[in-house]
Amino acid sequence: MPAAVAGPEIERLIQLLARLPGLGPRSARRAALHLIKKREALMAPLGAALAIAMEKIEVCKTCGNIDTQNPCTVCTDDRRDASIIVAVADVADLWALERAHAVNSRYHVLGGTLSPLDGIGPQDISIDALVSRAHGGEVKEVILALNATVDGQTTAHYITDLLHDAGVKVTRLAHGVPVGGELDYLDEGTLTAAIKQRTLF
Amino acid sequence: MQWADDGIVLGVRRHGEASTIVELMTRGHGRHMGLVRGGSSSRMRPILQPGNTVTATWRARLDEHLGNYTLEGARLRSSLFLGASHAIYGLTHLAALTRLLPERDPHQEIYEILESILERLEDVDQAGPLVVRYELMLLAELGFGLDLSQCAATGATSELVYVSPKSGRAVSRDAGAPWQDKLMRLPAFFMDEELEKPPATDVADGFEITGFFLARHLFEPRGLEVPEARRQFIAAILRAQPSAA
Repeated sequence: MPAAVAGPEIERLIQLLARLPGLGPRSARRAALHLIKKREALMAPLGAALAIAMEKIEVCKTCGNIDTQNPCTVCTDDRRDASIIVAVADVADLWALERAHAVNSRYHVLGGTLSPLDGIGPQDISIDALVSRAHGGEVKEVILALNATVDGQTTAHYITDLLHDAGVKVTRLAHGVPVGGELDYLDEGTLTAAIKQRTLF
Repeated sequence: MQWADDGIVLGVRRHGEASTIVELMTRGHGRHMGLVRGGSSSRMRPILQPGNTVTATWRARLDEHLGNYTLEGARLRSSLFLGASHAIYGLTHLAALTRLLPERDPHQEIYEILESILERLEDVDQAGPLVVRYELMLLAELGFGLDLSQCAATGATSELVYVSPKSGRAVSRDAGAPWQDKLMRLPAFFMDEELEKPPATDVADGFEITGFFLARHLFEPRGLEVPEARRQFIAAILRAQPSAA
């Protein structure tokens, strides 16, 4: 085992950075060195930002989004259409839809998808809260923006079954050819889904 | 160590940022896991969906190692199941059932039947009987098969209309009449393998029998509950054939 080249504080910083997605031990070492070199310009504000985020970030009690206020910015925005809820598996999916400006509605973050293999059942994700929001009276449509995977669509069907008596329209995202996609390079499953869900032109 | 075989994807687990551990039901090597490097990539994700058939090459230094898979899609059918609730619940349930088989223990007949069921799972009329028969076959494969060849009480081979929950054997109409409220109704399609689309009431009776024995012999001894997907699958197919409800 190579001898440590820095003190325990720096080694600890490198170890923690290496736990971030996309960073291995080598890139963590580079990031740590960069932070140390830019101690005043980067490390101090980063440390302060992390401390504030740690203190203030909360999970929205309405939709499960993360924000520094509760209810979150999305839930308190009056310009959004409150009659539509977009159900997503994760906060990353909410952010992706917001980046695309695809829909001006409220959201519901489930916190995962049903996965028997990983032992994730309906009680482990926020399905009950979504169902009670849909029964609230204000909601007219629930859009199930879940992954086009077996786990994602199992979750979508499960939620659809629970919402059948809620009097709301339940829709899901279309599956098929992505923008810029060339048919020759698409897998058979995507092509089959695209043909099955073809629309009038 | 190296082999190549066909396999049906049963499940996929993320391993690190880019790799996945894939569980296959293979034709000649049973239920077998392996690491797929780059399994989380956009190219591999459509292939690594449960229900797809792949051609797999497995390599490892020693036989007991997890090993690495190199996979190519052979029949990518999982997208067919995404839109139909009975098909997607059925697929989840079939994967959970197949997972009851011991790892790396070849069950070629189970593989062939599973492949054939997946080809027809989309058809809501056929899906119920196919899955019931798969459950019966799995019970038999694991040593808990039902004996439906003759009456447990009289030895008669005709008019077999009940199953005893105690012994798992068939009981004839006459012998079972005094205890009919304690016996389970034996649907005709259990005895007639050619019958592809039995009435919905028979399918429901079939699921009652297999559910009882699956719970008693396979799930409860392992401390497991009968998968929720099974209940949802049965509800979905009975919704489509409301005469049994």
